[in-house]
Amino acid sequence: MAVTRGFVGRRASARDPRLPPGQYDVGSSWPVLTAESTPSIGTDRFRLTVDGAVEEQVTWDWAQLRALPASTWRGDIHCVTTWSKLDTWFTGVPVDVLLDAARPLPTATHVMVTSSTGYTTNLPLADVVDEKAWVVWEHEGAPLAREHGGPVRLIVPHLYFWKSAKWISRITLRDSDEPGFWERNGYHMRGDPWLEQRFDGD
Amino acid sequence: MVTDDLTRAAAARATRWRDARVVDVTHHGDRGVVLRLDVPDRIPHRPGQHYVLRLRAEDGYTASRSYSVVSAPSEDLVELYVERIPDGEVSTFLADVVEPGDLLETRGPIGRWFVWDGRSRALGIGGGSGVAPLVSMLRHAHEIGRPELLSLAVTARSAAELPYVDELRAAKALVALTRVNDLPPGPTRLDAAVLGALVDPGATVYLCGSTRFTLAMETHLAVGGQPASTIRVERFGAGVAPG
Repeated sequence: MAVTRGFVGRRASARDPRLPPGQYDVGSSWPVLTAESTPSIGTDRFRLTVDGAVEEQVTWDWAQLRALPASTWRGDIHCVTTWSKLDTWFTGVPVDVLLDAARPLPTATHVMVTSSTGYTTNLPLADVVDEKAWVVWEHEGAPLAREHGGPVRLIVPHLYFWKSAKWISRITLRDSDEPGFWERNGYHMRGDPWLEQRFDGD
Repeated sequence: MVTDDLTRAAAARATRWRDARVVDVTHHGDRGVVLRLDVPDRIPHRPGQHYVLRLRAEDGYTASRSYSVVSAPSEDLVELYVERIPDGEVSTFLADVVEPGDLLETRGPIGRWFVWDGRSRALGIGGGSGVAPLVSMLRHAHEIGRPELLSLAVTARSAAELPYVDELRAAKALVALTRVNDLPPGPTRLDAAVLGALVDPGATVYLCGSTRFTLAMETHLAVGGQPASTIRVERFGAGVAPG
């Protein structure tokens, strides 16, 4: 690895310990990165289903989802394109609450999350339980904007943010792993920012 | 399946870091810089793919960003277009400091979604530096003798701010200049009427530009009847590829 001639970099005197390796602080902005055309999903048409390896397939509409006990997660999010957004917060419901309703079978090891656009992303089940993942409808007190996945998206803040599927419509429990959209298209199967698991082969 | 395995193997090889030598640095206007890199053990890219450049300080501090490839797969050097963002840590260094002979850490080519292989009809729509991957597609289309497969519509504030303006005009791209329309005749905006006339449900749309630009174009395309499933988008503001 070559040192880049003349490069010093723009570091704060001490690098913020909340930034994983290779990431920079984007400040108060929030870049929008999606691969597909942005859908417009009215709350009247919104449905979220948990299915696959579960004892009971369950579907929530907007009113049913909003009637669940809401809570707020606050922390840092990290995009594989190297920006991080520090100390931000989202309001929604932990994925645990949805899984408790559908009761995953003991054989379930992974989930495939699907968006209304057809976007998919795969995650180990262990990465979406124990309050590590939320289905959210508010960002910093305001309804989640359409370009950020509104009305409802997934957040899995401890992994790169492509795992946090926008416009979530389905969580499918599986007994094996299978690549989702970006995972088929060159990105890492798990995406831990602290291990810099950006691309296939990292 | 075999093809898929080969693709995965190539992708794994593409994500290895390599020290590329800067062969040529060309400034375009006051914001653009074109880098041509000699990448050792280079894997041919597919038009639309990108490379990651990583800058490394003596103490090991690094900063990396992704840039779309402009060159055609058949070209020997990898050409990248960098827009100099006034406060950008990486782009200002690439624009102001880098010169021929320097080594830059690179990995790539990356991405298998925003790619066009020249086998079916495509409509490329780009705003500002978002034209970069479309120029790669354009060069590839000419290279393989199928220029008729690719239609292009691009926009910028003025001709001076449109990268590769001469190449795009020579290819009969539809050019819309929003502030200084000094290349008549042409529209001043890619609005609903202009895009509506370009709608082609049988084509794949490659849309690249800022968030605001791409959201506006998506709306015009939807109104014109372009199926959402045919539209592939690359938005920037912080890089390329997923969030």
